[in-house]
Amino acid sequence: MPLDQIPHNFMTARLEDLVRWGRRNSVFPATFGLACCALEMMATGAAHYDLARFGMEVFRASPRQADLMIVAGRVSQKMAPVLRQVYDQMVEPKWVISMGVCASSGGMFNNYAIVQGVDQIVPVDVYVPGCPPGPETLMHGILTLHEQIRTGELLRRREASPTGGAAIQLDTAAAVPAGS
Amino acid sequence: MADDDANAREDVHEGELAEDAVEIPDDEVAAAIVEKFPGSRFHRSHGQPVVYVDRAVFADVATFLRDEQQFTMCVDVTATDHLLDGVRHAPPGVATERYEVIANYLSHVRNRRVRVICQVSAREPSVPSLTPVYPGANFAEREVFDFFGIDFTGHPELTRILMPDDWDGHPLRKDYPSARVPVTFKGDPQPR
Amino acid sequence: MTEIRSDEEALEEQRLERQTSEGAQELQPRPRAQEVVITGGGMWPEADPLDDTMIINMGPQHPSTHGVLRLMMELDSEEVMRIKPVIGYLHTGMEKTAEELTYVQGATNVTRMDYAAPLSNELVFSMAVERLLDLDVPPRATWMRMMLVELIRMSSHLLFQATNGMDIGAVSMMLYGWREREEVLRYLEYITGLRMNHNFIRPGGVAADLPDGWQERALELCETVERGAAEYDALLSDNPIWRERTIGIGLITTDECLERSITGPILRSTGFAWDLRKAQPYLAYDDVEFDVMYGANGDVFDRYRLRLSEIFESIKIVRQCVEKMPAGDYRLQDKKLTPPPRARIDESMEALIHHFKLFTEGFKVPAGETYVAIESPRGEIGCYLVSDGTSKPVRLHIRGPSFYNLQSIEPMGTGSLVADAVAIVSSIDPIMGEVDR
Repeated sequence: MPLDQIPHNFMTARLEDLVRWGRRNSVFPATFGLACCALEMMATGAAHYDLARFGMEVFRASPRQADLMIVAGRVSQKMAPVLRQVYDQMVEPKWVISMGVCASSGGMFNNYAIVQGVDQIVPVDVYVPGCPPGPETLMHGILTLHEQIRTGELLRRREASPTGGAAIQLDTAAAVPAGS
Repeated sequence: MADDDANAREDVHEGELAEDAVEIPDDEVAAAIVEKFPGSRFHRSHGQPVVYVDRAVFADVATFLRDEQQFTMCVDVTATDHLLDGVRHAPPGVATERYEVIANYLSHVRNRRVRVICQVSAREPSVPSLTPVYPGANFAEREVFDFFGIDFTGHPELTRILMPDDWDGHPLRKDYPSARVPVTFKGDPQPR
Repeated sequence: MTEIRSDEEALEEQRLERQTSEGAQELQPRPRAQEVVITGGGMWPEADPLDDTMIINMGPQHPSTHGVLRLMMELDSEEVMRIKPVIGYLHTGMEKTAEELTYVQGATNVTRMDYAAPLSNELVFSMAVERLLDLDVPPRATWMRMMLVELIRMSSHLLFQATNGMDIGAVSMMLYGWREREEVLRYLEYITGLRMNHNFIRPGGVAADLPDGWQERALELCETVERGAAEYDALLSDNPIWRERTIGIGLITTDECLERSITGPILRSTGFAWDLRKAQPYLAYDDVEFDVMYGANGDVFDRYRLRLSEIFESIKIVRQCVEKMPAGDYRLQDKKLTPPPRARIDESMEALIHHFKLFTEGFKVPAGETYVAIESPRGEIGCYLVSDGTSKPVRLHIRGPSFYNLQSIEPMGTGSLVADAVAIVSSIDPIMGEVDR
């Protein structure tokens, strides 16, 4: 029904739906482009594969203002503490997309210098495969994340692990091992 | 697939010291180096002139090239660890050691290149630094120190450059493992 | 393992730590005595607060540093007194990995070093392997390689226009640069199958032949990019704000460049017209006509204008490649070197065996060493390759141009403003993949 023909002048919805709608339609990514995947992330934000249609074209440099950290690229041993620090500086609710195979599992670099999967350091919501993942793949990952936000728990708090990250992490609200 | 080159070999091949097998330099810059620094050996490696010098004169050769041979740029300084070589490539007359430090030079005015290689033993891994002669070798020498542990005497600030400052060991040495982790899969019973 | 250490040993250990720690090394020229020992890539210790200088850290995570580059700067209000780059945040151990990959697989590793121009890395590696094998590739492969490398040069310089524009403030340049770059990447996907990290130029030639209809699409692409680059020129080159922000900023002289081993657009912007494609031609560069672009002052504006002009030169070369592409093999038909076409594997037992051997064991390269250098969009990229008769290299070292070009930050950045430091780093156009490897 068009807006000017609605007889009443208020609408109701569930609070959870409104909050989830707000959260998923304005996810601000933090700039965390490390290597080749960063170029594909920039391509996804550029005009051809537009991220602005999802409300995501503002890449916030300050982690305080960002909701989503897209770890785009290989994380070296020297960079790992920086990654954790930036993640810690982000304010809840926050999500992490591990973009590319190097961030998801170490990729083709199975050696002393690369952290074998950024989920050793930060909890990851969506893993996007590819080397580098094309913009369409990254967008599929982002839309999967939007779906997770749309159907997920509102007051989800991650269990703070003593080691600062977990290979297997438990969602305390749902108490279901992630990855099953 | 098992590789032969994965078997560790402890011995380093010694080069032959037969004087009559020594190559005569056919490149004028290499000839000048061999003349000025006796004991150097020339080798033509796939069309490129290479001079193997004694490590004590490594920086002196650089000064000679810059001042008298118009080599305006030191393009690259790097090193190789020959601990596990299948076949050691070395021209006759060069006493080979575990490490080699290699410097590539380019002369813009004469449009030519020359390569200078010196042998560095594992017992005393130290070479005179090229940074006072060519400041552009600064980062490259730090990288060689970082990865091989070769000390460059006279370098203004020889610290690690690519590895974290408190890293143990020198990663590109052949006795340093590549630290492959065994790949684990999602349904594995035990955590990583 | 605990040992009781004497005071001497503890002091000795402290002294060694101070000598090797990056932060502590900075202390030596200054007369202030410091007790604190810094490890783990920490900050310079705070200067005396009465001195009014502030030491800040720019990066490694920052929107304006290209990749993960950390700059330590000592500031006197807005002016930079000292600037020092700290690198290693993207160190991937690629040179160690290369010692475990065969020569057939080597291109996949090397291509991820300079990830803005991956085909140049592949080219220099393949040329080094072919030099050690003393082989020449067929002419069609040579011309294909040249066309691909010029396309990737275009793509890299368009990326530069985008990021440089954004860093200096012309944020819409990001979208314009990517608009044209998408066209180039789409064409590269048409030829090679991938947008980035193509693994297409391999020892022995290229991986596959050119598809049908490549000439028309190449010419269309050239027209599109030409129009786009002309737009950037019209938008920025005479723009007074752009000129204020770039002319006279980040000055460097030819002598400073040469002694610091700086090559590529930075060296050419100082007026020294050195381009390896003209000076020491490789591939088929002496059969095509193009000019070497060089600047006059060595400032940020010169580097921007130079790279823009190089886009036009690359378009010229691609057009000539379209005209003059020879027919023939796209790779050496040497059964021990290049794999057989996939269809042959069903028909011939030898083809199957060769395929198997090549992709599991690889081909052996006789013992030797060589250094090959080409002109990448960032400068002279070189590959120093040592082989020992097996199928894996003993040492693969890539001389990344950005590694040496970063040494130009000190002469350019000292005495500039912080905002200019951003412009200067952007004009150096470093790619941290080849800096850190």
